[in-house]
Amino acid sequence: MTSKLKAIPFSAWLGLVIVTLNLLVFVFGPMLAPYGQNEIVGAPFDPPSAQFWFGLDQNGRDMASRLLAGAQMSIGVSLAASLISFCIGIPMGFIAALFGGWVDTVLSRIVDTVMCIPVLISALVVLQALGSSVPVLIFTIALLDSTRVFRLARVVAQGISVLEYAETARLRGESLGWLITREILPNALPPLIAEFGMRFCFTFLFVAGLSFLGLGIQPPFADWGGMVKDNQQAILYGLYAPLFPAAAIALLTIGVNLVVDWLLSSGGTTQGADR
Amino acid sequence: MIQLILKRVALGILTLLLVSALIFAGTQLLPGDVASAILGQNATPESLAALRQDLGLDLPAWQRYLSWLHGFVTGDLGMSLANRQPVADLLWPRFGNTMALAAYAAVVSVPIAVLLGLAAAVRRGSLFDRTINIVALAFVSLPEYFLGLLLILFLSVQFNLLPSLADTYAGMSFPDWLRATTLPALTLVLVTVAQMMRMTRTAVLSVMDQAYVETAFLKGLRTRRVVLRHALPNAAAPIVNVVAFNVAYLITGVVLVEAIFNYNGLGRFMVDAVAKRDLPLVQAAAMVFGAAYVILNSIADIVAIALNPRLRHPR
Amino acid sequence: MSQSPNNVLTVRGLRVAAPNGAILVDGIDVDLAPGEVLGLIGESGAGKSTIGLAAMGYGRGGCRIIGGSIEIGGTSLMDGSRASREAMRGARIAYVAQSAAAAFNPAIRIGEQIIEGALYHGKMSRPEAEAWKLELLKTLQLPNPETFGERYPHQVSGGQLQRAMVAMAMSCRPDIIVLDEPTTALDVTTQIEVLALLRSLIQRYNTSALYITHDLAVVAQIANRIMVLRHGKLVEEGTAEQVLEAPRDDYTRMLVAERRGNLVGEASDRQIGDVLLDVSGVHAYYGKTAVLDDISCTLRRGETLAVVGESGSGKSTLARAIAGLMPTSAGMISFDGRRLDRSYKQRTREELRRIQLVYQLPDVALNPRQTVGEIIGRPMKFYFGMYDVPKEKAVARLLDLIGLPQDFAGRLPGALSGGQKQRVCIARALAAKPDLIICDEVTSALDPLVAEDILRLLKSLQRELGLSYLFITHDLGVVRRLADRTVVMQRGRIVEQGPTAEIFQPPFHPYTEELVTSVPELRRDWLDDVLAKRQITA
Repeated sequence: MTSKLKAIPFSAWLGLVIVTLNLLVFVFGPMLAPYGQNEIVGAPFDPPSAQFWFGLDQNGRDMASRLLAGAQMSIGVSLAASLISFCIGIPMGFIAALFGGWVDTVLSRIVDTVMCIPVLISALVVLQALGSSVPVLIFTIALLDSTRVFRLARVVAQGISVLEYAETARLRGESLGWLITREILPNALPPLIAEFGMRFCFTFLFVAGLSFLGLGIQPPFADWGGMVKDNQQAILYGLYAPLFPAAAIALLTIGVNLVVDWLLSSGGTTQGADR
Repeated sequence: MIQLILKRVALGILTLLLVSALIFAGTQLLPGDVASAILGQNATPESLAALRQDLGLDLPAWQRYLSWLHGFVTGDLGMSLANRQPVADLLWPRFGNTMALAAYAAVVSVPIAVLLGLAAAVRRGSLFDRTINIVALAFVSLPEYFLGLLLILFLSVQFNLLPSLADTYAGMSFPDWLRATTLPALTLVLVTVAQMMRMTRTAVLSVMDQAYVETAFLKGLRTRRVVLRHALPNAAAPIVNVVAFNVAYLITGVVLVEAIFNYNGLGRFMVDAVAKRDLPLVQAAAMVFGAAYVILNSIADIVAIALNPRLRHPR
Repeated sequence: MSQSPNNVLTVRGLRVAAPNGAILVDGIDVDLAPGEVLGLIGESGAGKSTIGLAAMGYGRGGCRIIGGSIEIGGTSLMDGSRASREAMRGARIAYVAQSAAAAFNPAIRIGEQIIEGALYHGKMSRPEAEAWKLELLKTLQLPNPETFGERYPHQVSGGQLQRAMVAMAMSCRPDIIVLDEPTTALDVTTQIEVLALLRSLIQRYNTSALYITHDLAVVAQIANRIMVLRHGKLVEEGTAEQVLEAPRDDYTRMLVAERRGNLVGEASDRQIGDVLLDVSGVHAYYGKTAVLDDISCTLRRGETLAVVGESGSGKSTLARAIAGLMPTSAGMISFDGRRLDRSYKQRTREELRRIQLVYQLPDVALNPRQTVGEIIGRPMKFYFGMYDVPKEKAVARLLDLIGLPQDFAGRLPGALSGGQKQRVCIARALAAKPDLIICDEVTSALDPLVAEDILRLLKSLQRELGLSYLFITHDLGVVRRLADRTVVMQRGRIVEQGPTAEIFQPPFHPYTEELVTSVPELRRDWLDDVLAKRQITA
């Protein structure tokens, strides 16, 4: 085990630390925040000080407190969206791969068409129709993103189900449930876990981007993307205010990407050995 | 091969139709209807009915879809709900602006990314390769507005080299236009180069791992010759796909960048329309973006087919 | 060993390390005289390909030469610059790979690829190179040598491409040619042609060669001297006659004995019962091409039926049709007197249990996330409802039976060798207590000595358990030693069938004769004999 830990490269350690810290902030953030997220504690754009580490925002609210509180929304919405997209994408992908035939054709055609439209554009169309609210955001992104999960799950399951050990199980007369849970899922997990990291990164950036455009998470809730938007003008006066939330977004994405990169490179070798 | 290409073109047209249907369906998700959304509080039953008839909302959905599609094909994109102007007049100039910005970014980023990816793949595992990979990984993770804001802070606020707002207007001279759009274009370049370079590297590496590349080395050929003569012709098709993928990303990634620099393009226009819930505008803009995306992907596939030696020289 | 002054290749104390630091080649000396053919023999992991590539100063997949010296015609390869190494490669020492299909660039015409080296190294002008290419293509008996070079690699057959690869290697008239399993990927009937052409080419141009192969009989036809390697070390070295006739080392003796087919005992008296499997008039299609064309054969209880043929003969398709994996379009397959449905999905659990399949590649036949115990125990639970202690005991008994330690039950397949994995596959089949086991090329992916052990195991299991085997193979040696009766297939049809002893004795069916006579034998004059005989009949 220790040798396995040593085999983890520095970049992956860095990524793991960043992700862990963010998860801690996600869970405990609001409790750690010294001020309320909408509490006005001073003049707009007060620079960072010992009392207010990251200064104050455009309304004179404590930036640090809003960052801590905003983690809940920014991370929570994207985490929920990624989880739901996996809950939709994986079963559908497995079913398409195992049943094949018209089931596969119909599902794949639908997914292909949805994927022909840029995700941002699809999301904008839906938001135009339904308006922006947290549930709409989560389900829209989850549905759009599940197409990517579907594709990967389908390809991975197809790859495994043509292997001789899966064929042996079919020839034994095993049920579909056994095939999926015992033969395919355990072997599909490594690429799917790496994909989860990538999908989370994507949804996280996506939610933040929508908020930055004013179409994501709506006030009064604090969220990182929205904070960039609200404080954007300060940059013209040489103030760093919008950079703090933007950096928080960048940091978490880098962290997840570092972990995913390591998972993919180390997963690649074991995959090779399995084939 | 001609057959395959014709098939791909037909598939592209079919996809466009499906995409248009999907976009139309997406805009119809709203419970209730557009008329009451427009008139809001001060709607009387009479004015509602009049507006519905005006908008054709009393017709079944499929008829409205067909008439919308017909309008779209013939250039009539409908009227904006917000300011009662023809959508086409509002949309095309901004679409031109967006394409100009995307083209500016692509012209810079594609050669840089492909060359860097190629160089990294050829020197796999070297210090150069590892450094550029880590840097690219970091840049892939950075959101557009973070890079954009940093660029504004350094290049325009602190050193006052370039304007922080991308103000463009009709009849602007080309040097002025370049000056105005360099910051947004640079932001786009930074975001796409990293991704494109990583994908190019992967594509080239998978070719460099082929046995025929080893054969070329065992013939005593120098690396340069092996890469140019043996690897590149086979890596061309995957690289074309990588480039198409990233240019498509450029066209939509523009949305965020336009918002940062207040650039008068289709992306910002569409975001404003979504905020105002201006249905015809959103439909038209989405269709234009979707069509650009589909057409780009179709072109990439056709080029890839044309580059495939097995298809070019059938048995 | 004294160094002969006119050696074309002299290697001393060669050491090659893998990227993870493992030593692949450990202290090997090679001497190659002008016109001499040196055979490098060994099982997988012996380091023979690594030596061949190292002789060109090349390490595959990040392998590094960490010690020793390599001299080609008196010039040191390792001391010089990278440029001088590249100038030597292809020009003075050239390489022929096992798979020409992968070694040719799909985007460039064959002819261009053949002459590329000669032009690049400045050995010839273009007209000279073209003329030399034409001569080579003629010597190698390629069809339409004038226009052959205008084709792309995917437009010609595997055997032709393999010969074109030889032409490509000869393009600079090198002193040495490294032949890395050049005939292994070919069918036996094609192998003999390529082998004969290679030998005459080497003799004609007095080229020295390193001939790398795992097949003693192939190397016997072409090599003057033989080096036997194991785990990157030299086992023994000598003239071809000495190594083949009077091997000094035990390992070599085992290899030779295996190749002579002396290891597995002759067929013992077994109880052959009534008809178990009856295939009658079976047809199957892939799209519009018939892959099975009117196949009829029977297998009796306790009997071993072999189905032999070259690639594309339909032998594996037949196995899959019987298993219900390949839908048949006409005909009937009956098992123990009852008709089987054409798809396994419609067969009863009992029918599925009684026919078990063992595959060619044990690596992909075992789920890497299940332990050996789970893999073997599953059929027991599934078919017989065995749980806990009785199941564990049964698993232990089966492991005993197939010759693996009982503590293997807790291991994952990744920790097992290829031969051990194949034993687990057999145990999994046995766990269902089947009547018939379909063995689809079960020994093809294994090294000869490991394969021998598996065959012996299968034989003893048949004696003990009264099993019936359907043996799908391209290896006639396996058939002769194991099968009671044999079916010979070609292009989806049955050419001939009958008791094995009769099939392999004159009078032969013409196709069977071609197959039989194409299998290399250890005699050094075998190739000459066959060629002479074919000359007469032709």
